[in-house]
Amino acid sequence: MIVNNAVYVIVMREFKRFFRQRGRLLTTLVRPLLWLFIVGTGLSRLVAPVGDDGSGAGEYMQFLLPGVIGMTILFSSIFSTMSVVWDREFGFLREMLVAPVSRLTIVVGKLLSGTALSLFQGMMLLIVAPFIGVEIGLGQVIAMVFLVSLVSFSLTAFGLFIAAHLKSLEGFNVIMNFIILPMFFLSGALYPVEHLPTPLKLVTYINPLSYGVDAFKHVLLPGGGRLSAEFPLILDIIFVSVFAAVMMALSARAFSKRG
Amino acid sequence: MAIIEVRDLVKSYNGLPAVNGVSFSVEEGEIFGFLGPNGAGKTTTINILCTLLASDSGSSMVNGFDSMTEPHGVRSSIGLVFQEMTLDNELTAYENLKFHCYLYKMKRALTAQRIEELLAVVGLSDRKNDLVKKFSGGMKRRLEIARGLLHRPKVLFLDEPTLGLDPQTRRNVWEFIADLRAREGNTVFMTTHYMDEAEACDRIAIIDGGRIIACDTPENLKLSLRGDTISLETEDDAKACLELKEGLGLEPTMIKDGGLTLIVEHGEKEIPRILKGLSVGVRTVNLKRPTLDDVFLHMTGREIREDKNMNRNSRQPFRR
Ligand SMILES: Nc1ncnc2c1ncn2[C@@H]1O[C@H](COP(=O)(O)OP(=O)(O)O)[C@@H](O)[C@H]1O
Ligand SMILES: [Mg+2]
Repeated sequence: MIVNNAVYVIVMREFKRFFRQRGRLLTTLVRPLLWLFIVGTGLSRLVAPVGDDGSGAGEYMQFLLPGVIGMTILFSSIFSTMSVVWDREFGFLREMLVAPVSRLTIVVGKLLSGTALSLFQGMMLLIVAPFIGVEIGLGQVIAMVFLVSLVSFSLTAFGLFIAAHLKSLEGFNVIMNFIILPMFFLSGALYPVEHLPTPLKLVTYINPLSYGVDAFKHVLLPGGGRLSAEFPLILDIIFVSVFAAVMMALSARAFSKRG
Repeated sequence: MAIIEVRDLVKSYNGLPAVNGVSFSVEEGEIFGFLGPNGAGKTTTINILCTLLASDSGSSMVNGFDSMTEPHGVRSSIGLVFQEMTLDNELTAYENLKFHCYLYKMKRALTAQRIEELLAVVGLSDRKNDLVKKFSGGMKRRLEIARGLLHRPKVLFLDEPTLGLDPQTRRNVWEFIADLRAREGNTVFMTTHYMDEAEACDRIAIIDGGRIIACDTPENLKLSLRGDTISLETEDDAKACLELKEGLGLEPTMIKDGGLTLIVEHGEKEIPRILKGLSVGVRTVNLKRPTLDDVFLHMTGREIREDKNMNRNSRQPFRR
């Protein structure tokens, strides 16, 4: 039998590395909870004043859940693609580049591993849903698996495209501050985008994370009201899919260039 | 047909040629050495041959495949040990090798046995489940060599395989390479700036400033000097040089850092004649049978290892 699966081994390597890096694992699990419970609690009174009967107390925290899932997979996807830069800096990329496998294999391996790790981390957050009053059934879990996979895939492809052009890890901070954080803040994860001033609103319209978070809201906050989804679900899915396809093509092309 | 065939290879970085018209060929089963100082263009040449870098012009064929147009064929034919470390530190030795087997689509039934076999050859069997980050430089190097051989490549490329190793480990690695060729019969292409390693190659090309200045067996290269080397340190090298030329009809070479060398047929007879013929004071006289060092010195007027005092361990990170 031929071990014909370079993709498989690239994915397995990323998993091993992920679960061996305790710090990364911990950050990944704790950061979203900090956002949800600390920022969420702090802002919830401001955003949604508690009525005399105590109603509305958890409303903002519920609103935050889709956004925090979006944030988690954004950071996770970008971070896993940085392993390409890491591999380049520490030489391991060459081990893959001189092997008789196509560049596309390497790209697909990185895409799948990044997607799977983000999916894992995003879905872990659903565990807290019942504790903050978001009711989820099997249907919603299945819908979330699909949507989180799609959004994770597109963000990983985006990260890979960036990583293909980063020559060293120094560039990572710049990317983080000028691309990733703005993407998070202008995505509707923390507040509805409709109240933003027009220039910022335009940015949210080209931000794939806006559509991702919006899709999650469709599933997790189906009730309507002022804190629910803002775009049609079908638009969310189409935008994210097209973005994913374009980014995948661009990163495959970037990797097939010879130095 | 030769297993490596390189014609007029040129590669420049920002207008400065790193490889400047290199041609050579390597026969199947040879240990072929590229000998040259740092910055001579050795790594650049290897990168072009191995499909990592595009040349500006010229052609290179490995195992009958064109490095530019048939990269897949070339990649299937070669094993590589890079100048800088390319292991995954977060994986164990065994996992690094396993990864390689999958990447090279080896038959699964063969992989476990082959991994064990090579771990034994490089003496790492008892450390196979340790993370690579806990390994010493020498152990990493040995593991990389084992990895480069896993898939039984037709040609093994070794870029300064003993760089940064202590003399003992250097000798082990070197014996291992020679032994290996005897066992597996593959072609070895290696670069080095150690003369003693070059001596052990079947043939070497001396490269300097992106050009090959000589290519032959170590024996022939030494014979080409036709005789013994006399080195002199004098009070006035320029004057001594002139006197040797005009008074005695010899052909001395001035060395940049001071001193003179000359090649003569019978050194022991020549020394008294030289001492008598010089009017300047002579501090030291030295007679040796020729070595590759002398070949390099004679051809370039420089010592090959001008960086003798530099830190051997500084490996530069790879940039594309
Ligand atoms: N990526 C690069 N960018 C610019 N110059 C380079 C690059 N790689 C190598 N060089 C230059 O090309 C020359 C040959 O380098 P190299 O092939 O690494 O030499 P060697 O391996 O013989 O020490 C050197 O002068 C080096 O500075
Ligand atoms: Mg080099």
